[in-house]
Amino acid sequence: MTIWLEKLGPLAGLAGVVLLFAALRPAEFATAGNAEIMLLQTAVVATAALGMTLVIVSGGIDLSVGAQIALATVTLASLLAAGWSPAAAVLATVAGGAACGCLIGSLVAGLKLPPFIVTLGMWGGLRGLAKGLAGETMVVAPATWLNDLLMALGPDRRWQLVPPGVWLTILLAGGVAVLLQFTRFGRHVVAVGSSEPTARLCGVAVEQTRILVYAIASALTAVAGVLQYAYLTVGDPTTALGMELDIIAAVVIGGASLAGGRGSVAGTLVGALIMTVVANGCTKLELPNWVQEIVTGVIIVAAVTLDRLRRGEE
Amino acid sequence: MRGVRKLFGATVALAGVDLEVRAGEVLAVVGENGAGKSTLMKVLAGVVRPDAGEMWLDGQLYAPRSPRAARAAGVAMIHQELAVAAHLSVAENILLAAEPTWAGFIDRRGMRRRAGEALASLGRADIALDRPVATLAIADRQVVEIARAVAVGCRVLVLDEPTSSLTREDVRHLETLVKRLRDRGHAILFISHVLEEVRAFADRVTVLRDGATVGGGELAAVSDDAIVEWMVGRRVADLYPRSPRTPGSELLTLTEVAGRRLPESASLTLRRGEVLGIAGLVGAGRTELVRAIFGLDPIRRGRVRVAAAEGAAAPARRWAQGVGMVSEDRKGEGLALDLSIADNLTLSRLTGLGPPGFVFSKRQAAAARAWIEPLGIKCRDVAESVVRLSGGNQQKVAVARLLHHDVDLLLLDEPTRGIDVGAKARIYSLIDELARKDRAILLVSSHLPELLGVCDRIAVMRRGRLGPAQPVAELDEHALLQEAIQPG
Repeated sequence: MTIWLEKLGPLAGLAGVVLLFAALRPAEFATAGNAEIMLLQTAVVATAALGMTLVIVSGGIDLSVGAQIALATVTLASLLAAGWSPAAAVLATVAGGAACGCLIGSLVAGLKLPPFIVTLGMWGGLRGLAKGLAGETMVVAPATWLNDLLMALGPDRRWQLVPPGVWLTILLAGGVAVLLQFTRFGRHVVAVGSSEPTARLCGVAVEQTRILVYAIASALTAVAGVLQYAYLTVGDPTTALGMELDIIAAVVIGGASLAGGRGSVAGTLVGALIMTVVANGCTKLELPNWVQEIVTGVIIVAAVTLDRLRRGEE
Repeated sequence: MRGVRKLFGATVALAGVDLEVRAGEVLAVVGENGAGKSTLMKVLAGVVRPDAGEMWLDGQLYAPRSPRAARAAGVAMIHQELAVAAHLSVAENILLAAEPTWAGFIDRRGMRRRAGEALASLGRADIALDRPVATLAIADRQVVEIARAVAVGCRVLVLDEPTSSLTREDVRHLETLVKRLRDRGHAILFISHVLEEVRAFADRVTVLRDGATVGGGELAAVSDDAIVEWMVGRRVADLYPRSPRTPGSELLTLTEVAGRRLPESASLTLRRGEVLGIAGLVGAGRTELVRAIFGLDPIRRGRVRVAAAEGAAAPARRWAQGVGMVSEDRKGEGLALDLSIADNLTLSRLTGLGPPGFVFSKRQAAAARAWIEPLGIKCRDVAESVVRLSGGNQQKVAVARLLHHDVDLLLLDEPTRGIDVGAKARIYSLIDELARKDRAILLVSSHLPELLGVCDRIAVMRRGRLGPAQPVAELDEHALLQEAIQPG
């Protein structure tokens, strides 16, 4: 019962904003085409937010995901430009992401540094690395099938229902949900985030768990980078500036606690969708950008407040 | 208070409490955890409003709508977890939110004067007004909080288990302070479940059970047995069951073990089917010894052998060797409070709850549910967060983890601290049952009657050195205390 209530909170919020915009702008907002566009707009943030969910549930934070996404687009474009096959380039990019995560995790778990500080350092360091690799400019790469990952479907490919990049996000979301909910590793992640001393007492390998969490999360962030590349079709070291905050916001709107121990993949996906729907809906209402930003800010604070109230009432 | 009732949903938290405290009197309110003490306090403090009944203060109807209103009416709470602002000074804390001002600016001199007066009235003018509270000992922080209530003129003080984190000596100081307040005409509600302290502090006692007043009277006219019977609602015929046990093979052997700082030297042998107690003062190194055995703290010197395994080992290895530990710090370490009963109970052993690497919620819940009834854990469901359980039930979950893991050696560090009599009885009978089933138990406790009642042998830890274990038949409280405190 309570579990349902927890899941239902953000979902009700999503239904609310969708219905609101559908009522205000039925002709422009409530169309299949617009739904597809909103899914495309959500894919990058949602994929990175899957990793962020693991990190936040484990009691950590990662401020460097925006930089990691930029680094991934640059890496991928450079490898493609060097003549790598798309599949090999993607694998190498994701492996590079995992390596970044291992580094972050090792600094956090090994040197016992606060994750906020470590990833604040990475936020600058990785962005600089991306700019250096790219020679402070866009990296142009030959067009491959990767460019179609986040392309709206033409009539001949309608049977796919949603673009392949969206399918990728959905599949990864399913995987992470199972990982978090139904594996020993996942239960250990929750335990470490909820109470590290208890996890240690119960024989959980706390350090390894943390390192693995960051490795998986950064690999997922690299996948988000691949999707961002597909969207941009170039490698851009300045892309995804500030996106880390959208990603963290999606996880928090989805009911996760920044203190760790609580959070769900379903909630995160809903959180990411709420943010896209609000941005898209505001555009359809022809509200200026600054209004959208204020609305998004209000939603973040309201979501967490409602979450608190719901818990307090029980 | 007359006929105060409070319902939370279908749960009756208070079913009709009557109590009365006069100026210049200390009234002890006792009851098991879950008896309604904390709800009663919330009602008094204006945090929750009663559904029925009325409260009178100084001949006037008292119905506070908020903690602020309660304080303004002269009722102050001193909670178990102290509410002091650690970075502010003593004087700033005492007059927090009641700072004397002059044209909008804080009148520092007036503040220091009033804070000084408040401390002096408590006989504690020795506490420096300018020290940051963070640098004070727990006992002195408590004094600061009491001074805050006195400084704003509160006449009714509610002390919620004020002795739970104090040393013996601090408790004596607090006793002097409380009596001083009483003699100055304050009315004091003293909430506790340690009978010795109730006797030392209070003049009268009121006993709560299941949310209602069930008994009480002048302490001089009420026996301990009567109070315990009121609390548990039945006769506590035999709190410490002890069936015939036969020690088996050696399971744990320590040879001159030394930790990082403590212990300095500990040697012992523990056999299957045996309960070995460790007595000693707080800070003697008992907890450190248990942590070193379990691999939570490093071992500097000496040898540890568990069954056939020699040497130090991390907690994961210890669990694999069939060793489990219950931490003295239930809320900080023993349990992950936000997680469910099922998660907490199965955390050390998630294998076998699904295919390799997987944990299926249903099987996890079933594994946890198996311990609910045998241990009498009161909860709605195993999916419930541990934080919602009473202290006694939380501790049963911490102990159940060891049963789920099916360990051979149980290291129990203060397993009954701060829990009610019913839960204690359950844990004592469990220890007896486990010893009969050839498990070995190492029990650290500060409660001597408990050690004497439960253990086969007891060793005393004094300043990091563990003395020889002696059979309980040759020991009594006096002898143990003597050994724990003797100098040199």
